[in-house]
Amino acid sequence: MENNFIIAVYVENKSGVLTRVTGMFTRRGFNIDTLTVGETERKEYSRITICMRGDAYAKEQLVNQLKKLVVVKKVEVLEDEPIKRELMLIKVNNDSANRSEIMTAVDVFRASVIDYSPESMCIEVTGNPSKIDAFVKLMQPFGILEMCRTGVVALDRGTETLFSK
Amino acid sequence: MKLTGAKILIQTLIEQGVTDVFGYPGGQVINIYDALYEYKDKINHILTAHEQGASHAADGYSRATGKVGVCIATSGPGATNLVTGIATAMLDSIPMVAITGNVPCSLIGKDSFQEIDITGVTLPITKHNYFVNKIEDLADTLREAFLVAKSGRPGPVLVDIPKDVQVATYEYEPKPAVEKTPLPKVDEKTIDEAVRLIAEAKRPYIYIGGGAAGLGLGEEIEAFAKKIDGVIGCSFMGLSAIPTKNDRFLGMQGMHGHYASSMSQNESDLILAVGVRFSDRATGNVAKFAKQSKIIQLDPDCAEINKNVRVDLGIVGDVADSFRRIAKKCADKSNPEWLARVRVLREEERAFEEQIAKENTAPLTPKQVFETINAEKPEGTIIATDVGQHQMWAAQYIEFDKPRTIVSSGGLGTMGFGLGASIGAYTATKKPTLLVTGDGSFGMNLNELATAVTYKIPVVIVLLNNGVLGMVRQWQTLFFGKRYSNTVLDRKTDFVALAKAFGADAYLAETPVEFKKALKTAFTAGKPVVIDTRIDKDEMVLPMLPPGGAISDIITKV
Repeated sequence: MENNFIIAVYVENKSGVLTRVTGMFTRRGFNIDTLTVGETERKEYSRITICMRGDAYAKEQLVNQLKKLVVVKKVEVLEDEPIKRELMLIKVNNDSANRSEIMTAVDVFRASVIDYSPESMCIEVTGNPSKIDAFVKLMQPFGILEMCRTGVVALDRGTETLFSK
Repeated sequence: MKLTGAKILIQTLIEQGVTDVFGYPGGQVINIYDALYEYKDKINHILTAHEQGASHAADGYSRATGKVGVCIATSGPGATNLVTGIATAMLDSIPMVAITGNVPCSLIGKDSFQEIDITGVTLPITKHNYFVNKIEDLADTLREAFLVAKSGRPGPVLVDIPKDVQVATYEYEPKPAVEKTPLPKVDEKTIDEAVRLIAEAKRPYIYIGGGAAGLGLGEEIEAFAKKIDGVIGCSFMGLSAIPTKNDRFLGMQGMHGHYASSMSQNESDLILAVGVRFSDRATGNVAKFAKQSKIIQLDPDCAEINKNVRVDLGIVGDVADSFRRIAKKCADKSNPEWLARVRVLREEERAFEEQIAKENTAPLTPKQVFETINAEKPEGTIIATDVGQHQMWAAQYIEFDKPRTIVSSGGLGTMGFGLGASIGAYTATKKPTLLVTGDGSFGMNLNELATAVTYKIPVVIVLLNNGVLGMVRQWQTLFFGKRYSNTVLDRKTDFVALAKAFGADAYLAETPVEFKKALKTAFTAGKPVVIDTRIDKDEMVLPMLPPGGAISDIITKV
């Protein structure tokens, strides 16, 4: 059975590390939905968050193949509904006919308009990936000019951390 | 003391216990070679004919001893010529350190002369690799390379050193050779579970691979098989860990394995897999593989558990320790019915082998060649092979008597591996070394005959010459309606004259008597000898499990 799952990976903060991780995905035929990477609370490590769809076999293999990479320090599947956030910048058509509807959506989704011109506006939305999906759907009738999503970042709830597990 | 990067490299190799390296000079390693000149009484450099030969030699060196093999090549084409050798080591988990030079850091990324991103190229075929851009990191990076190469599941590591780092100077302090990182010990509950499964089994089959062979567990596995009254089979990589003459040892299983070994694995109720990865060539159709067997798998690599076949108990960690603890806790058992059944299977195997042999009226058959080798080879002879039919016949017929006496490319199946590898194996051990090859494989890298002659490496090269690419031809015969597309080598190579031109001795052998005479002479020649044996182009490797087939599809006669 296919499922979505999120995997958090601590890797050495060195050049070429991302290539090693993504190269392994390509070689082993893993399909990744999103991948984000950035600094962490420890300057020697970066944290990669991977969203993937697959069965239990794919999940087990992905985790184990990641553990084998010399640059990987810690791998964890975030199993129990972790906090998930994604950020999107979306540029939509702006005219007098749709302006108020867009503004209502912005308001309801607690998004914000960060650039405004008579013909277009750029909106920033943050939240669960499903919330972002819903916002995109809402904007479609108005004409989406351009959009850009960061992919998911996620943390476990509670005081526990990846390293304390 | 302050040393140049090139000297730090050589000093670190010496400190890590390296005594022999294989390589080929070039523009971006000229400083390393200059340092080798200075340290030539401490480190023996073997100049091969081609960098690929150097990589296979380093690999063969490692297979024959368990030590980390080392090869050196220059940037660009020198480095890319190592690639097949590195991939060969990767697929068989052979510890190796490959050193490459590169253009100075200031020229990196500019498509400079002989510049190649070799860490990028070798990313998927190394266990890990390093680009050293600072002299202060050089010694520790090299130490880490040795550590990674030999720890856990071994593998090849590449270290790319740009020329300016070789030239720069830095403080060098010798350190002791790195020790393998110990693997975690498995918890007692898991060991007990394995012991319980073994106690319940009435038809146990111990299945060993390169991992067990590499750890030198052979004798303990023999004793354990006796204790639980089971049988032993192996993957191709597990060959030579158990002496062929042990009567519980059924030989290699799988696509071209021994009939009795494959059949009893399929009929067993428990497979204790030690350091073996269930490759497709070993299992055939995984959906039909050993369906009624419980499988216990011991491996240092977590990703091998459940990768190719689902196992009932995966034991990840220190394989030798886990095996010993399991063996100690298991009670003595007796399984007379199982052993009787295995005896029947071995009888069936003997019967069809005899039938095949009887029907074969060729003047010289592969079986006769291997029987003669078995009769004449000194104790502990290292058998190197290339890849193809001759390799599978070697796996089936050679009587191995000591561990680490097979040097052959299993996972990657690298034609052209054998000659370089036998040079490495002999350099490491100084033991009698025999290479079995075919005219296809030998043609790929026979330039290394020059190396063998120069360094007086007395490798006995038995060339099974059938004028065709026999293994592919066999598939074309069986599965492609005898359409022999590009497998007939209509070459006019006179291998005897060719070998002599290189400075080796050479004989033609067309009958068992001629072969025996040539072989006796070859083992005492003290230099490389090529024996060109002529076999029929339609000889087949049997039995054969068709690719993707199940045990019920086994072909035992054509």
